[in-house]
Amino acid sequence: MVPPPSFTAQLLNLFAAGLLLISFAMLSQRRTRSLILLFGLQGAILVASTTLVAYSAGLRHLYFSAGLTLVLKVCLLPWILLRLVDRLEAQWDSEPLINIPTTMLIGVGLVIFAFGLAQPISALATTITRNTLGIALAIILLAFVMMITRRKAVTQVMGFLAMENGLFFAATSATYGMPMVVELGIALDVLVGVFILGIFFFQIREQFESLDLQHLENLKEE
Amino acid sequence: MTAAPLVRQAAEVVLAMSLAPLFIGWIAQCRAWLQNRSAPPLLQPWRTLRKLFWKDATLAEHASPLFRLTPYVLFGTMVLAAAIIPTVATNLPFAWVADAIALVGLFATARVFISLAAMDIGTAFGTLGARREMMVGFLAEPALLMVFFNAFLISGSTALPSVVERLAAPPFIIYPSLAFAGVAFVMVLLAENARLPIDNPATHLELTMIHEAMVLEYSARHLALVEWASALKLFNYACLGFALFVPWGLASRDSGPGAVLVAVVALLLKLGAAGAVLALVETVSAKLRIFRAPEFLAMAFLLAVLGLLVHLLLGA
Amino acid sequence: MEMVAAPSLTVLLALVAGWMTLGLAGLIRPHHVGLVGRALFPLGALIGLGVALVGLAALRPDRLAEQLVLPLGLPDLPFHLRLDALSGFFLLLQGAVGAGISIFAAGYFRAGEGTAPGLLCLQYHVFLASMVLVVVADDAYFFMVAWETMALSSYFLVTTQHRIPEIRRAGFLYLLIAHVGAISILLSFGVLQGGSWKFTFDAMRGPTLSPAWATVAFLLALVGFGAKAGLVPLHVWLPEAHPAAPSPVSALMSGLMLKTAVYGVLRVSFDLLHSGLWWWGALVLAIGLFTGLFGVVFAAVQTDMKRLLAYSSIENVGLIFSGIGLAILFRAFDLRLFAALALSAALIHTLNHAFFKSLLFLATGSVLHATGERNLGKLGGLIRRMPWVAVLALVGTLAIAGLPPLNGFVSEWLLLQAFLSTPRIPQPFVNMLIPLGAAALALTAALSAYVMVKFYGVIFLGQPREPALMKAHDAGRLQRLGLVWLAAGCVVLGAFPQLALTATAGITRAAVGDAVRMGSWAFVAPLAPGQASYSGVLLWVGILGVVAVTFVLVRRLYHGRVRRTAPWDCGDPWQTPRMQDTAEGFGQPIRHIFGSAFRIDRELPSPWDSAPRYRVQIEDRIWRALYLPLGRGVQRLADAVAVIQGGRLAIYLLYAFLTLIALLVFVL
Repeated sequence: MVPPPSFTAQLLNLFAAGLLLISFAMLSQRRTRSLILLFGLQGAILVASTTLVAYSAGLRHLYFSAGLTLVLKVCLLPWILLRLVDRLEAQWDSEPLINIPTTMLIGVGLVIFAFGLAQPISALATTITRNTLGIALAIILLAFVMMITRRKAVTQVMGFLAMENGLFFAATSATYGMPMVVELGIALDVLVGVFILGIFFFQIREQFESLDLQHLENLKEE
Repeated sequence: MTAAPLVRQAAEVVLAMSLAPLFIGWIAQCRAWLQNRSAPPLLQPWRTLRKLFWKDATLAEHASPLFRLTPYVLFGTMVLAAAIIPTVATNLPFAWVADAIALVGLFATARVFISLAAMDIGTAFGTLGARREMMVGFLAEPALLMVFFNAFLISGSTALPSVVERLAAPPFIIYPSLAFAGVAFVMVLLAENARLPIDNPATHLELTMIHEAMVLEYSARHLALVEWASALKLFNYACLGFALFVPWGLASRDSGPGAVLVAVVALLLKLGAAGAVLALVETVSAKLRIFRAPEFLAMAFLLAVLGLLVHLLLGA
Repeated sequence: MEMVAAPSLTVLLALVAGWMTLGLAGLIRPHHVGLVGRALFPLGALIGLGVALVGLAALRPDRLAEQLVLPLGLPDLPFHLRLDALSGFFLLLQGAVGAGISIFAAGYFRAGEGTAPGLLCLQYHVFLASMVLVVVADDAYFFMVAWETMALSSYFLVTTQHRIPEIRRAGFLYLLIAHVGAISILLSFGVLQGGSWKFTFDAMRGPTLSPAWATVAFLLALVGFGAKAGLVPLHVWLPEAHPAAPSPVSALMSGLMLKTAVYGVLRVSFDLLHSGLWWWGALVLAIGLFTGLFGVVFAAVQTDMKRLLAYSSIENVGLIFSGIGLAILFRAFDLRLFAALALSAALIHTLNHAFFKSLLFLATGSVLHATGERNLGKLGGLIRRMPWVAVLALVGTLAIAGLPPLNGFVSEWLLLQAFLSTPRIPQPFVNMLIPLGAAALALTAALSAYVMVKFYGVIFLGQPREPALMKAHDAGRLQRLGLVWLAAGCVVLGAFPQLALTATAGITRAAVGDAVRMGSWAFVAPLAPGQASYSGVLLWVGILGVVAVTFVLVRRLYHGRVRRTAPWDCGDPWQTPRMQDTAEGFGQPIRHIFGSAFRIDRELPSPWDSAPRYRVQIEDRIWRALYLPLGRGVQRLADAVAVIQGGRLAIYLLYAFLTLIALLVFVL
């Protein structure tokens, strides 16, 4: 019998499973507000997970990482996005390109793919969280699918942000976080990106009278 | 086989039969409190059953013997399921007759019989209810099986006593796959027992009926047996959930009266909590459109499959 | 001929000769229904029971295989016969189920248009005899002879009502695909002989082929036997041929003939090919699961009762093949106990399906006999006019839906237990894909319950949708006997699954080297007693006991008064039988959820129509995507070749002349 994993490892597995659950929930949500709240929740679990890893492995820089994530992804970004959604009046997303059960099936397929891919890599890593690399990869892929199958611009941005969450989690699980400089740089990029995208949304809505990205298809050679 | 385990088995079944209508009454009370109205008394379902048993049965002219037999079959399968599911004690003699997969099969038998009885009279409501019930059933049953698979993979067996033993054993391990399975199980419980958001147990509008449409033609003792069987079904599902996800407190076959008393108290506490949570979920959800129900159940199914995959990846 | 060394085979040959005699006797007075009905078919049923007993004898655990060589056949290729446990199992199946069908057929056939009953008797018994010979054939030549006889006799049986063009068309399609399959099987045998140029199965068992050639042989056998069994995409003949044939023939085809294809696959993969690659198992598993889902989804939207049962047969064949695929997969990883479990599950499902599918087809035969209707939209409420058929069909419906405590549940339970064992496989990707397979299996099983509720509910329950149905009569005595026999089989196999497991133990020991554990007389515990157990008989006792006790208690404590009145229906006073669900209405949720799987052609009435009409046609996508282009391609090829047929005599003589010149040049 394999000895049961330590309590820390169990908690980390639980957090990872929670992140995966939230990714799936985001894939199936139609309301933009719920998406933003789920994104906030995902950020909160990331904070908890990073703090736990920092505590158990004794790495101080991960505490800063967790703090940065807390400020940015749990407080600042959801607030900006909620205000944006209110002003754009984009509470509801239209039907996604493929219907939701099919999207979920594709999601399960991607999860299997990610898990199968990550198992040999996990064997090489030395962190306490190496088992969760597969889940991190799955979160990235699921977020990508969400970006592909949604029609409104705001939900696509949510997919982009969720993908960034997955990348952060992958970094934590494989190599105990990225160098601080890289992390600060990415955080700044994300923040600026959201501002710029917000400005773009207003432009799109003025030009096409709707945020449905199908209208962007008119911009092509005929 | 001595007589003592059989007596215990019989006592457990009688306990299940008595508690089931009370459980329904408790959920109704919690709902009333949450909705800020005064609650019906806890014993109301028992009074309803008694009233129904005394009435004359009114049957449609062309009702066949299948129609008259179905309430008894429903009651029989639900009582048998109560004997198999560990309510107060595990490892009782009947628990080995059917494992968890056979339990799902027993629920399916009950569902098929009630659907056939609904189609027997040949009214639009009956066939509508039968069609919807089978639609909910064909997705809920695989989801339930997948939830069980999660438990089987962890405990290595499909017999419920072994599963409970393994899950309740001392080193307390958090199993993320069981977390997924738990969410899926609650969704299946809501669907199979005709609770919101799939079906409204208090409605009588054609567009919103599933369970009610099937029992529209039953009256008197037949209706009493059907209602009692439905209450037993919810009770069974609740006990199944406890056995899989919060298995602590169950006595075993040979333990003394002290352990049994502890188990009964634990059961009552768990039922109370479960009833309150169920009432809360029902109060905050709106009923889904009928063709959103397959999506709801597909999500439960996929969650359970996801739990399996997480277990295979994380080894937990 | 060695008479003493092979007693069972000798008895079997005598029984087969008996069938042939009965068939020829039918030709004496071909139009005399009484002789055929009351004498010949019941005798055929008795012979069927004899065949079942021979099969049972061969299943005894200490029996060795018997062999026999008949001097019939070509000068250097005599017929070899062999009776081992696998053959015995299928003989038991054919004999027991065939007996029930023959008794039913005795009461079913009547004089009408189409083939004369005497001729039908000949074709029927030749069909039965050829199926028996297929499972005892021990060389490729005899096997193909018996196989082709089976195909031809069944073709004649399918086209019994040959004056109707749709039936002729269905028969042609059936024969075409049967022959494509036969060519594939022949090629497979050609590869299996591995260079020895001797075509007996003994010679094929000996040498071990290289993996490449073994794969070729396996795939050819899979295609060939799959065409006969009805695996997707070679299934298109099944939904046409089964409804076209008379009901006892449909029962024979679904119950017995599809199983000979299963026998063929088992014989090739577990006996002739000693070892297998793991991906063969994965392939068969995938095809089996896909076929299962395909069959049941299509069955849910049918409006013809026999087409619905035909698609249901496709589904069950898919389940059987998924069990076989699992067994091959486990054997390749040397997990013998689990391979035995999967193989036992597949074999028991084969036996169960033969019983309940035949029962259902025969029940539809009775309904057709009584009402003349096959369309579900014109049936209903028959439980009041045909109580015997309704009760026995209920047993069949519950069995096929996989509900405990009947036999269908046992094989599904065993199959699910086999799926649960898959995480022990060393291959990680396969490990993760197999829970999805279990999910697909669970979905198929649940959908089949849906389909069967639709089938039974629309035909037997509710109110009659046509006034003529009130004149329907119940089944005759011989029909009832056949139905009761098959229903009893379902109940016994459900209550005592140990019987079937003991029967398959010898087969799995020979095939994979292990057998599932036997529980006690009441319990089935295939792996270990604490791991999974099921008791059919105790479940029966439990349910019946509680029902009886409740009934008595309610009557005693309260009363049993009943009042009859009009149905409540929420107080709606104007109800007509047309207000209940049609078959199509009942299948509407499936059509909605799985819409993209079908090719649906709908014509909806508009609100301004004075005579509104609704028309829907649901077609198989595979027919359009695969078969029509294939047919067109073959047609074009044939047109190109037809250029040679110029029509002028001088051209033909020129061909002969040119060939002569060419031969002279090459030889000299």
